[in-house]
Amino acid sequence: MSGFYAEAASADKDRSTAAFGSLEAQAIQIFREVAAEAENPVFLYSVGKDSAVMLHLALKAFYPAKPPFRFLHVDTTWKFREMIEFRDQRMAQLGLDLLVHTNPEGLADGVGPFTHGSARHTEIMKTEALKQALDKHQFDVAFGGARRDEEKSRAKERIFSFRTGDHRWDPKNQRPELWSIYNTRKQPGESIRVFPLSNWTETDIWQYILSEDIPIPSLYLAKERPVVERGGTLVMVDDERMPLKDGEEPRMEMVRFRTLGCYPLTGAIRSQATTLPDIIQEMLVSTTSERQGRVIDADGGASMEAKKQAGYF
Amino acid sequence: MTDAGVSAKTLPACLDQQVAEDTLRLITCGSVDDGKSTLIGRLLYESKMIFDDQLAALGRDSRKFGTQGDEIDFALLVDGLAAEREQGITIDVAYRYFSTRARKFIVADTPGHEEYTRNMATGASTASLAIIMIDARKGVLAQTRRHAFIASLLGIRQIVLAVNKMDMIGYARDRFESIVEDFMPLNEVLGFDRIMPVPLSALVGDNIISPSGNMPWYEGPALLPILETVDAGKEGRSPLRLPVQYVIRPNQDFRGYAGRIAGGVLKQGQAVKILPSGKTSSIKSIAIGDAQMQAAATGLSVTVTLDGEHDISRGDMITDAESPAETADQFRAKLIWMDDRPMLPGRAYIFRTETASLTATLAKPRYRLNVNNYERMPANTLALNDIGSCNLSLDRKIAFDPYVENRATGAFILIDPETNATAGAGMIDFALRRSHNIHWQATDVDKDQRAAAKNQRSCVLWFTGLSGSGKSTIANILEKKLHAMARHTMILDGDNVRHGLNRDLGFTDADRVENIRRVSEVARLMVEAGLITIVSFISPFLAERKMARAMMADGEFVEIFVDTPLAEAERRDVKGLYKKARAGTLKNFTGIDSPYEAPEHAEITLPTMEMDAEAAADAIIDWMKAHHYL
Repeated sequence: MSGFYAEAASADKDRSTAAFGSLEAQAIQIFREVAAEAENPVFLYSVGKDSAVMLHLALKAFYPAKPPFRFLHVDTTWKFREMIEFRDQRMAQLGLDLLVHTNPEGLADGVGPFTHGSARHTEIMKTEALKQALDKHQFDVAFGGARRDEEKSRAKERIFSFRTGDHRWDPKNQRPELWSIYNTRKQPGESIRVFPLSNWTETDIWQYILSEDIPIPSLYLAKERPVVERGGTLVMVDDERMPLKDGEEPRMEMVRFRTLGCYPLTGAIRSQATTLPDIIQEMLVSTTSERQGRVIDADGGASMEAKKQAGYF
Repeated sequence: MTDAGVSAKTLPACLDQQVAEDTLRLITCGSVDDGKSTLIGRLLYESKMIFDDQLAALGRDSRKFGTQGDEIDFALLVDGLAAEREQGITIDVAYRYFSTRARKFIVADTPGHEEYTRNMATGASTASLAIIMIDARKGVLAQTRRHAFIASLLGIRQIVLAVNKMDMIGYARDRFESIVEDFMPLNEVLGFDRIMPVPLSALVGDNIISPSGNMPWYEGPALLPILETVDAGKEGRSPLRLPVQYVIRPNQDFRGYAGRIAGGVLKQGQAVKILPSGKTSSIKSIAIGDAQMQAAATGLSVTVTLDGEHDISRGDMITDAESPAETADQFRAKLIWMDDRPMLPGRAYIFRTETASLTATLAKPRYRLNVNNYERMPANTLALNDIGSCNLSLDRKIAFDPYVENRATGAFILIDPETNATAGAGMIDFALRRSHNIHWQATDVDKDQRAAAKNQRSCVLWFTGLSGSGKSTIANILEKKLHAMARHTMILDGDNVRHGLNRDLGFTDADRVENIRRVSEVARLMVEAGLITIVSFISPFLAERKMARAMMADGEFVEIFVDTPLAEAERRDVKGLYKKARAGTLKNFTGIDSPYEAPEHAEITLPTMEMDAEAAADAIIDWMKAHHYL
């Protein structure tokens, strides 16, 4: 099982306290605020590195008690297989009860990125599925791992980001958010998305994972994996559902992933970074942003903003 | 299994460079087109925080939306939302992140438009430095004074006066110096500790990361070295303040008080005072997660345990035993109004600090500030983006510090209980001693005895309904009937009270609220006197009727809804007022151009389409008998 974890030697804890103190403290404060004010909060666990950090912080916030909320994974059925294995092991290890939701209509219709395209797939299996799960369980507050440094429209979103009864985000009508005082009030049916990692950067995430020794899927580390190159993107052939085009032959290459999602939509990068310190070093000299491997962001200039208004995380 | 242990040995050099010790939070502010977004884009670019794919997108966007021809328009990097890109303006608060070897930076980009004071206040609330942008061609404008004032009000103590677009004025030294001279006298009001003027060009890159050859006459540091070395603003001088945010109780043996340290240093064994109860204890343990600590500094989120058993809950504060925070329930505060619905003096708002939620009633503003010239103006209310001073009273005591001493324990927001909007942001100046000096005079004869002497139970019968619904008619018949039963009664009628006690009030929303507040107080005195008090007021707002109910003891307030549809009340139009309102000669008339909010849980509802006034009065008598009021 150790193969699933990228394990690292702990860095000097004192130094990490100084460097991460305020980011960690703010995230913990946010978790506690929701626990105190929300009726039925939920932690959206997406298995990636940001979720790993967020989970670690949630455990810290309530120690020695368990986090007083439920955990939810919206499974599109197209995640990397290793993500699912990692997810189940991690939850069992921590004794947490995970809800897994897949859009039943989408599943029945066989929706997938190859047959329906990335935009439709994302809309039905992620955005729509998330709304279904939130409605079904009547969750009034949902934690997400989004960071403001990821993307331009994220930079303007509040930490406590209000959603209408039909899960829409109205960027023109956001509540002002001053100091560390959060307005958590809402009408029945309305909900709030909460982002404890709002002020973290990608560098912060990796350095925190290293210094706190946080388990993450080994997909983040370079390894020989079967890939094909499509339109400049390296796609890993994770299972037999991936249709190969004429003349396409998966070949083994040393690659890793900067973000994790649905495997057909997540581009790999060529890399020799097989340890966390290697990753950090590689990132520090990197000349492309982490979302560059995400196929869905390239759908148009304001793409993320349009998706967010419709209820995407 | 990866062999991270080996590589980690080579890591510290890289980590030391990149994990900067602290973070400086700053805001950029200025007028439209002063070049704020360009400056931030430039800082990101110079600190290599722009990736190739973002630069490629930027090149694409620059040709599509840009204002710089074929040059890269850095402002587009920061202006996030689609609508803004098309209009070429920034309309909200955006946060940007970059770091150098010296420290990390979080930049709030805040808008320069007159109407967006609230956004700038939001960005300033967490910043410890402000960059105030001035266009070298335009000099110090009204908006410059406004932005500097808001920065000062929100507790920012150091500013960079960035005189931008020096390239457009031929790098003229005298122009730069005269702008600085214009600004400096303002500091008599603003009181910044440090003002650091820098002549620069964000577009060209002069004096951004290193001294510019175009301005050899400027001997000070460039912008980035200033940002790397200024005080990042820890609240180090404050005594211990730990607001209790959450109580962790996994089992009977453990009771941890969780919160973020708002001031001072927390130490194991330290003697503490818990507020507002005033009880004392000492710190038994301090932890973050499973890591036990001897001490913890301001800004950390910790869990502590205390010696002994205590009843402490969210909203309480653990403070230094020698220098505890103050406690009070009446304050003077500065307010920034942030809602489209103006402030209503007398109305109850939700008062939120970091951890406590209470009810606050606001008095009429003492003044409103003209932030362009810092003059105090008389005001009856505060509208969106107004800044003023106001007294307010809470429904119970809280622990606090004046905002100038501690931003975390001196700040609050006001939430409109109907819309849940964040309606205002406040900074506590000081506690009002009034509440301590006017003691409640206890009397030997109480209201029950006064009522008993009259052989009755005192209460308020509160009639609400549209103008012309029949309130006064029914109230009059009811009083005659009660009088015939030898009960001691008094009627407070809306029209009559407006001839005397409330003759200074009009019909704006703010005046309606005050009208009801005064009548509620009078009604309460009459209940004290043992009377059955009949109040006959339109009283259109739920919030004020709720406030009146809250003033009385349980069971003393009986709400009677005279339920007459608007069409019927308008058809009757006994006083001819609806006709005037429809003609537009009578403004703010309930039901026409001012709302009536029907009760949700009235004790008695009288559908006047189905009963006459006589029957309605009888229905009330029956209800009173059934509920032991008679």
